[in-house]
Amino acid sequence: MDLGLDEQQEMLKNFAHDFLEKECPEELVRKMEEDDKGYEPDLWQKMAAQGWMGLIIPEEYGGTGMRITDLAVLLEEFGRFLVPGPFIPTVVLGGYPIMLAGSEEQKKQFLPKIASGELIMTMALTEPSAKWDADGVQLEAKAEGDGFVLNGTKLFVQDAHVTDYMVVAARTAKGKTPEEGITLLLVDSKSPGVKFEPLRTIAADKQCEVTFENVKVPKANVLGEAGKGWPIVEKTKLLATVAACAYLVGLSQQDFDITLNYAKERVQFGRPIGSFQAIQHKLADVVIDVDGSRFITYKAAWSLQEGEPDAELMASMAKAWCSDASRRVVAHGQQIHGGIGFTKEYKIQLYFRRQKWMELMWGDADYHRELVAQKLEV
Amino acid sequence: MDFRFAPEDEAFRREVRAWLKKNLPSDWEGHLRDESGWGFARGFARKLSERRWVAPQWPVEYGGLGLSHWQQLIYNEEMSYHRAPLGYIAIGVGWTGPTIIIYGTEEQKRQHLAGITAGETMWCQGFSEPNAGSDLASLQTRAVRDGDDYVINGQKIWTSGAHHADWMILLARTDAEAPKHKGISYFLLDMKSPGITVQPLIDVMDNHSFNQVFFENVRVPKSSLLGEENRGWYMATTTLDFERSSIGGAAGALRLLEDLAAYVNETPRNGGTLVGDQRVRWRLADAALEVELGRMLSYRVVSLQARGVVPNYESSTAKLYNTEMQLRLAHAGLEVLGLYGQLKPKSRRAQLRGRLERQYLWQTAMVVGGGTSEIQRNIIAMRGLGLPRG
Ligand SMILES: Cc1cc2nc3c(=O)[nH]c(=O)nc-3n(C[C@H](O)[C@H](O)[C@H](O)COP(=O)(O)OP(=O)(O)OC[C@H]3O[C@@H](n4cnc5c(N)ncnc54)[C@H](O)[C@@H]3O)c2cc1C
Repeated sequence: MDLGLDEQQEMLKNFAHDFLEKECPEELVRKMEEDDKGYEPDLWQKMAAQGWMGLIIPEEYGGTGMRITDLAVLLEEFGRFLVPGPFIPTVVLGGYPIMLAGSEEQKKQFLPKIASGELIMTMALTEPSAKWDADGVQLEAKAEGDGFVLNGTKLFVQDAHVTDYMVVAARTAKGKTPEEGITLLLVDSKSPGVKFEPLRTIAADKQCEVTFENVKVPKANVLGEAGKGWPIVEKTKLLATVAACAYLVGLSQQDFDITLNYAKERVQFGRPIGSFQAIQHKLADVVIDVDGSRFITYKAAWSLQEGEPDAELMASMAKAWCSDASRRVVAHGQQIHGGIGFTKEYKIQLYFRRQKWMELMWGDADYHRELVAQKLEV
Repeated sequence: MDFRFAPEDEAFRREVRAWLKKNLPSDWEGHLRDESGWGFARGFARKLSERRWVAPQWPVEYGGLGLSHWQQLIYNEEMSYHRAPLGYIAIGVGWTGPTIIIYGTEEQKRQHLAGITAGETMWCQGFSEPNAGSDLASLQTRAVRDGDDYVINGQKIWTSGAHHADWMILLARTDAEAPKHKGISYFLLDMKSPGITVQPLIDVMDNHSFNQVFFENVRVPKSSLLGEENRGWYMATTTLDFERSSIGGAAGALRLLEDLAAYVNETPRNGGTLVGDQRVRWRLADAALEVELGRMLSYRVVSLQARGVVPNYESSTAKLYNTEMQLRLAHAGLEVLGLYGQLKPKSRRAQLRGRLERQYLWQTAMVVGGGTSEIQRNIIAMRGLGLPRG
């Protein structure tokens, strides 16, 4: 047993930290809030050159073949620097399901291009019902000729407007259970009939409403087997959940670091506010929330990587905890900053607003608490 | 003990309600605290003034109706429940006017009070400075006596509404040698005086609500001094007490809760509506309980006042609890809305007009403004419970 990083992970973490500190400064984060695309193509290419897009893609497909815990370590730094753009969507929501279920041809077509930074992807799963479960997938895909025709709406799809391809979860049949009859389709984002409308969100990230109007998708673009897409979604959701936790760990850590520093420097009543016990106790609570988040996330990432039987339970435990803990962390962060925390100009609010986004992504605390309860009963 | 309002108080509530129904647009949803609200708020204040309802709690001689404490509470509750745009005039009505009534000269009362009750003059509060927030008494803005004037130099920060205000209540140091509480004076400052620069600060909600205000050799006549020189701190404490006991906010929370309940009843989920979800039910039940408790803590303050007792730490308990409760409520509401909760008001897909997203951000400021939660807890512990200073 060892809860620490190995040498290679230490290197990855330190390198990513230094790289992002330089390449993804606060100004860029702010600029991307206003930017239509929401990411910086230059930075995207530089990250690809580090091998990050291909981190978990096997070497034979142009990746570096590293592990899920390595990805978690990297994403923690992404959370720390609030790296804007479609990294998680591309790597986790696009690349990973192809790794899991793609045909040899699909793997060859997509994975090397993801690894090289040429291809941006996402998954279109949730709909106006805003549900993460299989019965939330109602987008209709009708078999027609040599393919499918899509009609319907997806909502809260991350970065869809800048993607080249989307993994779209669609209903091709009404099965006995909601899980049956869902087909994953690799949809060219430029297909006629696909429309994107970015939503205006608290985090100023780029989630989209995507509408499909008679969008034709060839049969060859089915990912896995027709009607049997849901298990692939489930596995992808698992990694996406862990990825969201890793991002929240980094975000929480940075919010805490900034706040701790502020508590040491801000003087009121002739002494640093960090010398008041009211503030000290808050910060002590925060450090438990941050450390706790980190280790439960590492455990979830490791369980998934090792194929442990309780990997799903761990992922849900991690997300239930991280969702709540990170909210407590950033709330204290705001409070300890006083008035300056409420200004747009000062950095702490960037963390506060994004926390809410990741808290909600891939299921909030309640959603995962319910899953934990279900898993415990089994 | 009696938890019922007197018949005449109930009648007053009905009267206020009926008036609001008539004088707010039928689809009125309140302002989401953005700039566009100012014009409407001014017009609304003038309408209120026709009934002497801008500051109905003030004595009749100063343009109010001399309402009882309970009727004042009812007025606050109805305004807050109906989302009347009173935030913009609160500083004048809620805490400047009452301070002037206590400490002002006859001339100052004549000069200032009528403008407030007419809904014409807007006030801002120049207390906080970059290095004097919780520790307000360490403020550094200087006022130096020069003939019949004082000359002001320095800087204020977080000054809400300074960009619209006609007047400012200003705290400045008149004796740099005295102990910090004993060298502060309280001024009534005309915002049109030369030498004042108002610089906007944009808040997390992307609104221009507060400002930095700079003073460069701003001259104020001696007659603008409120009370005695160097006695400003004690009057400021009065002002802050008024600010912290401006209660009735729980009624706004009640309205939000009702909105959420309606949403839950209408939103389909698993063949039924969200109302069938046990977690949602408990969340709303908890929220309802917390709102009721918030009302009781406010009512307790009024109950004391109605018996002629000056509340002590009780105002702080109401301020502390109600602001923190509203932050929790905003969070609970976001949880109920799920992914939709993160959408801003301008989103076509936003639910409940994006009000929860706005509230979630706004309430983080309310647990800071008017004295932070920590400062309220210190007051409760020291002034209320008699614990020694930490
Ligand atoms: C939306 C908004 C509107 C405002 N409008 C106005 C206005 O119109 N006019 C005006 O004058 N001011 C205004 N303020 C300022 C407000 O009064 C101050 O922000 C507040 O008093 C806190 O001061 P500060 O921001 O300097 O924080 P600080 O005093 O620096 O506090 C930082 C942290 O330290 C804590 N702390 C400080 N001292 C202690 C202690 N002794 N024990 C324990 N903890 C402590 C605080 O609770 C806080 O968590 C406004 C603020 C906001 C957010």
